[in-house]
Amino acid sequence: MTSTSTIDGVKEALAAKKVSARELLADFYKRIEAKNPELNAYLTLTPERARRQADRIDGLIAEGQPLPPLAGVPVAIKDVISTRDTKTTCGSKILENYIPPYDATAVERLEAAGAVILGKTNCDEFAMGSSNENSAYGPVKNPLALDRVPGGSSGGSAAVVAAGLAVASLGTDTGGSIRQPGSFCGIPAMMGSYGRVSRYGLIAFASSLDRIGPFATRVRDVAAILQTIAGRDPHDSTSTTAPVPDYAAELAKPLKRPRLGIPKEYFAEGMDPGVRKKIEAGIALFRKLGCELVDIRMPHTDYAIAAYYIIATAEASSNLARYDGVRYGLRIPDDSLLAMYRKTRGAGFGPEVKRRIVLGTYVLSAGYYDAYYLKGQKVRALIAQDFRDAFTKVDAILTPTSPVPPFKLGERTSDPLQMYLADIYTVTGSLAGVPGISVPCGRIDSKLPVGLQLFGPPFGEARVLQLAHAFEQAGGAEL
Amino acid sequence: MKISREDVLRVAELAYLDLSEAELETYRAQIDEILEYIGKLNELDTTNVEPMAQVLAEDQSADATLREDLIVPCAVAEDVLAHAPDPEPPYFRVPKVIER
Repeated sequence: MTSTSTIDGVKEALAAKKVSARELLADFYKRIEAKNPELNAYLTLTPERARRQADRIDGLIAEGQPLPPLAGVPVAIKDVISTRDTKTTCGSKILENYIPPYDATAVERLEAAGAVILGKTNCDEFAMGSSNENSAYGPVKNPLALDRVPGGSSGGSAAVVAAGLAVASLGTDTGGSIRQPGSFCGIPAMMGSYGRVSRYGLIAFASSLDRIGPFATRVRDVAAILQTIAGRDPHDSTSTTAPVPDYAAELAKPLKRPRLGIPKEYFAEGMDPGVRKKIEAGIALFRKLGCELVDIRMPHTDYAIAAYYIIATAEASSNLARYDGVRYGLRIPDDSLLAMYRKTRGAGFGPEVKRRIVLGTYVLSAGYYDAYYLKGQKVRALIAQDFRDAFTKVDAILTPTSPVPPFKLGERTSDPLQMYLADIYTVTGSLAGVPGISVPCGRIDSKLPVGLQLFGPPFGEARVLQLAHAFEQAGGAEL
Repeated sequence: MKISREDVLRVAELAYLDLSEAELETYRAQIDEILEYIGKLNELDTTNVEPMAQVLAEDQSADATLREDLIVPCAVAEDVLAHAPDPEPPYFRVPKVIER
């Protein structure tokens, strides 16, 4: 069988009638059945829905009809994204039995483009975490090193693609939750600009930061998925009317000596020496590709984690107020309404979510709002200004995705602040609203993957994808 | 110390969140450490900085985000109620809140 780990591979196999969409689906489910018990990456499978879609594609092939761009491509969806009639738990006990009555726009668009949805993937509870260890349904294991975390919060979505249990997947990124697990699992992963992809049907964590984006085995496929889900959606007023370029056409264009900014602040202390070595090799490869490398300064980088954890927790405390046991999800009954709220939330949320609700409520509370929340928003403005200044000098910014390679399961769970600090390279772009991709940049000791991150200006996805694609084609993953 | 046990209790009350004694002390200590770290923001003079509440693309005009107020059918009430913890169609039932 030809390689069906890429969109083109699936397309060719189906067109040449080497396999039917239905057979391909069965292959994937067989592999899932074999590997998922160990990885814990899928929480729910959707075989009936997948078969209906595969049969529709096989019908089109039988009739000799033109095929949609993602015809028969098996994909997975992070469990914070709503799927009609399929459980959507957010990795939380409070939504253990929640069944959304509608599909998220991104899911609807994938299916309309012919993709086959295999199931829902594990994640940190309400997307809060950097290791997937905050899921109420147990951690996901990194398919490249089973004793290590896959990253988070979209750990399941990264793991299923890395393990060959889906061709592509959707994750969500609030402070790095797509890019960091992409880095940890050795695959490309992208968050588009804030407003690029509709969030209708995404269960909210921090609304000024949350974004939906793709994982795939190569940059070309990341671009194809983004192409499908991007663009204005009347159901989401934060989705923009900015035109969506033809990303595949942009990838084919030669690089025109782009200027890549290397921000000094991202290469300060605290970076694992193995990561540093690989990123330096990545920089050398970009130079070989004809890029001009420019030293830049982004002076507020060191304040990003502090600003991020004020803003993200404040928004989370507000968004998560809806889980009160009245309309959906868990209810712990009590004779008093307020006691019912308190008990339901106390029993339904896990430790990281409770910690963030307490912190977020605190920074918004009377007497502390100015000192924390308003201060955080002001520092956010300074960080966004760092990016605007940088993009007057360079076309894209190059950084590591994570200061550390995938760490061991259980190694960092006892110290939340240390876990937060590891988000240092990703939260900046989240706060600024710019697009970012993580692309594989070699493996430490031929084992632990390193991710290289590229930021572009708002709605500069095409440039970011083009650079990442050129890097990948030049052997970036084998550095 | 940035945050006291009483602060955590007050905030948990605002957030309608039951916390056990053990949780209370664990979160207090952890959040105290986080707030200590967050204190580094005070190194920055932000007197003349406008707070950034939202990322809005500069090309995003009001007519791109505001639509006409049209009535469209939305027949999901039954589906929504079907998964409620205690439905009494067309209502959600909750414990009594008004004393007679």
